Amino acid sequence: MLDFVQKRNWYYLLSLLVLLPGVISLVIPPGLKPGIEFSSGSMFEVSFQNTVKETDLRAEMSTLGHPEARVQGTGQNRFLIRTSVLEGSAEQTPQGGPQPLGEQQSITRALFTQFGPMLKDDGSLATDSTGQPIPWTVQSSAVSGTVSREIGRKATLAVAAAAVGILLYITWAFRSIPNPLRCGIAATIATMHDVVLVMGAYSIFGKVFNMEVNTMFITGLLTVIGFSVHDTIVVLDRIRENRQRYPDLPLHECVNNSILQTLGRSINTSFTVVLSVTALLLIGGVTIRPFLVVMLVGTITGTYSSIFVASQILVTWEEGDIPRLFRRIIPKRAPTVVEEG
Amino acid sequence: MHRTFDRILLAFIVLVAAFSLVTMWPSEPWHYLPGAIPWPEGQGIKIPFIKFDGTEVKGATLERRAMTLGLDLKGGTRLVLEPDLSNSPDVNLDDALNNASQIIERRINEFGVAESEIQRQGNRLAVQLPGITAEEAMQKIGRTALLEFRELKTDANGNVAVMVNGQEAFVPQSSVTSLDDAVWIQAVATTRDGQSVPLTGQYLKNARLAADPNTGLPLIAFEFNDEGAHLFEQITGRLLKQPLAFFLDGEPITTADGHVDAPIVQSVISDRGQITGMRVDEANNLVKLLNAGAFPVPLKVVQSENVDATLGQDSVQASVIAGETAMLVIMLFMVLYYRLPGLIAGAALTVYATIVLAVFKLLPVTLTLSGIAAFVLSVGMAVDANVLIFERMKEELRIGRSLVVAMEEGFHRAWSSIRDSNVSTLITCAILYWFGDQFGASLVKGFALTLAIGVFISMFSAILVTRTFLRIVVSIPAARKPALWVSHAGSKDDGGSREPASLPTGGGG
Repeated sequence: MLDFVQKRNWYYLLSLLVLLPGVISLVIPPGLKPGIEFSSGSMFEVSFQNTVKETDLRAEMSTLGHPEARVQGTGQNRFLIRTSVLEGSAEQTPQGGPQPLGEQQSITRALFTQFGPMLKDDGSLATDSTGQPIPWTVQSSAVSGTVSREIGRKATLAVAAAAVGILLYITWAFRSIPNPLRCGIAATIATMHDVVLVMGAYSIFGKVFNMEVNTMFITGLLTVIGFSVHDTIVVLDRIRENRQRYPDLPLHECVNNSILQTLGRSINTSFTVVLSVTALLLIGGVTIRPFLVVMLVGTITGTYSSIFVASQILVTWEEGDIPRLFRRIIPKRAPTVVEEG
Repeated sequence: MHRTFDRILLAFIVLVAAFSLVTMWPSEPWHYLPGAIPWPEGQGIKIPFIKFDGTEVKGATLERRAMTLGLDLKGGTRLVLEPDLSNSPDVNLDDALNNASQIIERRINEFGVAESEIQRQGNRLAVQLPGITAEEAMQKIGRTALLEFRELKTDANGNVAVMVNGQEAFVPQSSVTSLDDAVWIQAVATTRDGQSVPLTGQYLKNARLAADPNTGLPLIAFEFNDEGAHLFEQITGRLLKQPLAFFLDGEPITTADGHVDAPIVQSVISDRGQITGMRVDEANNLVKLLNAGAFPVPLKVVQSENVDATLGQDSVQASVIAGETAMLVIMLFMVLYYRLPGLIAGAALTVYATIVLAVFKLLPVTLTLSGIAAFVLSVGMAVDANVLIFERMKEELRIGRSLVVAMEEGFHRAWSSIRDSNVSTLITCAILYWFGDQFGASLVKGFALTLAIGVFISMFSAILVTRTFLRIVVSIPAARKPALWVSHAGSKDDGGSREPASLPTGGGG
């Protein structure tokens, strides 16, 4: 029979190894890059004579060095583009007119070259005095963020409060077995494990792929927390049941049996989620990728942490691994990793 | 007896599902379903509010045609507002814009235009509002909303000014037949510190919509703050037996039949008053505007346009197709892995998703990406509840229980984990909702609300729908073949046990 609890210290080590790069990345600023929703930036509106697809425009903005650009259609081949602050753009030219100098101008020029003649606000072709088409922005201005930066802090507070709520509920719901508080704490640690892992992973993605934190990331994180708690409770529930049915069985055996009994379900559930997220990543829209990345990482770690973190903590606690570890370290007799007793 | 009860339940579920399907069926089905088939357009649901005398109360009718989708998924209207400082040169532009944006935010909350977006754009404010037309947006968000109290303009002899051919003329009050032509001036009174000021909406404490106990018509009951009461007392004292009109942004408020709404002051009143005779929808709008407050300086709408989804129309479309593909693949997987129970789960999940979407539309919930995420999570949890039940059933079948016993046991044993995981999710939702509400994080709030609705219905679906479907199917003899219930691929949990050759139905309740 498979033994899942024997090597529990290796799982902790694995978790640590996976968590560490993320945590380091979170500590090195910018830990998480705030997206354009949170900060001021530039906005301009362009209108084209020819048919232009949103996807193509977004791709072009990306090539021009603005993958963060939010492209929003406002009519036939007319688009509102919101970017981070454009270098050297004018404060505001509400009535349109010739392009202000700087990055704004080069972007408009590039769009003109790529997608053809541009229209003025009244729908007439933008031309110079000789009748030659010229690049044109319908309007452009500096804009503020749309979402308060505070949301990150508020969401963190809300999640912390929710964690306490879950801890209390689990402790109460598991009152029929010895040490219910341990279950509550184990579940909370597992959830925090997932949150830190996802944030760390996202921080690394931010540095490597230039991914920014936006409201979608926060949504994704909330979803992951929901999934992680749900998954952990299913495994803990089985431990509770087996504990009641066979009270004389040692805890490590009970936990192992419970993991084995719920393994089929755990794999199936996370498989179906991973399947749908992958489908969305492959053929879904590009704009929701940040959300999907969070979901993908979060589902895998959410399933992992139920089996390899939450359940294992119960055994570690019961068997007194930590005091034993201290006893070993303090006399300085065992320099290597702790083995099982 | 049991069987009759199950059939009644089944009939009930079918009815609820049918009602939900009609309610949630999209008004633009081609966005969500293969385009080759001419799908009927969903009409949504309309429940008229009819009084005892059989007349329909406009405004109070519940009508839901299309799902309210957020800016990120559907787009909406974009208004650009510019403050007009010509009459108040000493006002600081930054302060005026900050104030106005707070008031817009309050109005958005009052009108329930969830998930809107306010942005400072140079010296202007840009507001994006989901699901309403440009005209509605201007009525609800774009108005200055300055409420004034006005009296008739009179000369020294007590003659009243009326407009005759565009000219002001004083005539004796007795000869005035319609107050619609009268000239109205701001009612002024003296504050406690001796200043002469016009009485306006800024002195209101609150306003609410009520029904006139005599006529049943709507009225706006308002209450003044201390200073306002002081002013109102002087004005009503001075205007006894005289008309007092209400003006909003310089235009008279009119009664349902189009006349200037100018009641005669009957007695001296101070802290409270009411406006009667308005149309329900107008009264409703006005109450919300009054409670949210007026702009400190007039703002004019310099631009209004329809905008597409902020996530990009094409991107949303691609994601819809991807999501549907994923759902089909999951159902296929469930049927292959769990056989007949998988099929039952598929049916139960379809019912579940239909009901949830119908509830979203009825409430209505403004669906944004975060709402969809919460919905998908709740579907995932509903799938999981089914998986838990079937895994347990399989275990019971493997140790030789009869189909009926295994089914009831499977439910019984899976229930504690379904209950605890769902309750902890609901606790999380409650805390997130409360925090989101306190701190104005509408994203967190919306997520929590949609997830809570989903989890509630998911519990209902696990207990009632899946169970009823299973019971009905078990009662059909042809459905009792073991191969339909237990796959030989098996799971790893119960290595040694053999599968029973047949699945008897006896022994149950």
